[in-house]
Amino acid sequence: MMEFPEDLRYTKAHEWLRRKGPEAVIGITDFAQDALGDVVFVELPAVGTQLTQGQTFGVVESNKTVSDLFAPVSGRVLAVNQVLRDEPERVNEDPYGAGWMIRVAPSRNEEIESLLDAAAYRAFVASEQKT
Amino acid sequence: MARRTPVYEAHRGLDPRWTEFSGWEMPLSYRSIAEEHRAVREHCGLFDVSHMGEIEIRGPEAGAVCQALTVNDVRRLAVGDGQYTLLCNERGGVLDDLILFRPGVEHYLLVVNAANTASDLAWIRERAAGRAEIRDRSAELALLALQGADAEVALRGLTPLDLTSLRPFGLAEGLVAGLPVVVCRTGYTGEDGFELLVEAAAARELWDALLAAAMRRGGLPCGLGARDTLRLEAGLPLHGSDMDASTTPLEAGLAWVVKLAKGEFVGRAALAVQAEAGVERRLVGIQLDEPGIPRHGYAIRRDGAVVGSITSGTRSPTLGSFIGLGYVAAGTAAPGTPVEIDIRGRLLPARIVARPFYRRVREN
Repeated sequence: MMEFPEDLRYTKAHEWLRRKGPEAVIGITDFAQDALGDVVFVELPAVGTQLTQGQTFGVVESNKTVSDLFAPVSGRVLAVNQVLRDEPERVNEDPYGAGWMIRVAPSRNEEIESLLDAAAYRAFVASEQKT
Repeated sequence: MARRTPVYEAHRGLDPRWTEFSGWEMPLSYRSIAEEHRAVREHCGLFDVSHMGEIEIRGPEAGAVCQALTVNDVRRLAVGDGQYTLLCNERGGVLDDLILFRPGVEHYLLVVNAANTASDLAWIRERAAGRAEIRDRSAELALLALQGADAEVALRGLTPLDLTSLRPFGLAEGLVAGLPVVVCRTGYTGEDGFELLVEAAAARELWDALLAAAMRRGGLPCGLGARDTLRLEAGLPLHGSDMDASTTPLEAGLAWVVKLAKGEFVGRAALAVQAEAGVERRLVGIQLDEPGIPRHGYAIRRDGAVVGSITSGTRSPTLGSFIGLGYVAAGTAAPGTPVEIDIRGRLLPARIVARPFYRRVREN
């Protein structure tokens, strides 16, 4: 059963964002990990990198394919999930938890407001699956 | 519409992730590729490889036909033996790699790649029509592979056949789970194991029995994803990816299969010339020093210059490192040679390494 946690915000590129006080944690959705298949490598930016909303910040590779990661919001990278370097399968096992990718300091709060909520993302995924 | 194997419904019950492979709808993985990979390395795993083709050649001239069309020496096959061999074209290019079995005195069986079954059949018929009876048995036969160190123990409980005396590449006919089966001691994982040929109508029943036996030994059903990572760790080339009609067996590291001294066969003249002159490129193992997946077509560089290209790659589930196969200029092929892999514009340091990347530890 595909999960769409209510407390997260989403992008049409299938990233999620969780607000944690002034910070935000970012990863890819359950739908994305399922579509990719076994994740075997995640390339993440260096801490301190300045992200721009909609620009690529990394790459996720599965056995089948290579996929860019797009920044849901602009901001500075505060931390990256080092565990994924040796255990990329965490992205498949727990996409909203242990499979998180980066923690950022968002520079524009209105960007967060522009992201999809769970219901809108769920509807978007349903429309994608029909085509 | 993709083709389905006789075991399709059993797979569907396990709700796998699917993939299309050579026109077949096949399970990619049932759980995760890494778990299935580990099951085969540590216990055993069961694969449906019924998409592979089976071509039967019979008659008094059958042995001579096989000898003339394949590169290995068919005279080495006693009844009940098999050998890894290749079909080459006149230029020495690899049309397919296959296992050639000799189930009877005047009876040979070729187990070939799914993608090449039709073209192999046409190639063989063009050259051997009238000399031997050639039949495509692919639709009538299913092929299940039980692989891993515990494969023999798992299979033992299902059959009166003496598995311990069945040598690598050998075959034996008998009952498994009460079903008439041809058991071959072959595989594509770098582990001990068996491949079982069975009539399509009995395939589901055999699958269920083998899966239950495998799971009692800590085994899992395995899809084509694990099959690919297992064969890559074992350094085994995949036809269509690591070799094809534009590469020769000598370039692909398969000189040991080519018996130039056996007499005339298709491709012999070209391969003899190349053996004499030496190859200009070689298929080598590549180990990356930094994380990244080398993929088919990525350039291999040395001191800035392109010296070859990747043909397949993965993250090795056993080693945790990033490995690949690729062709490089012969002067760059020595193990230890530092190279760089161009991963979408990023140059990652890597080394040429000896194949296989993984070798099983023999317990006896």
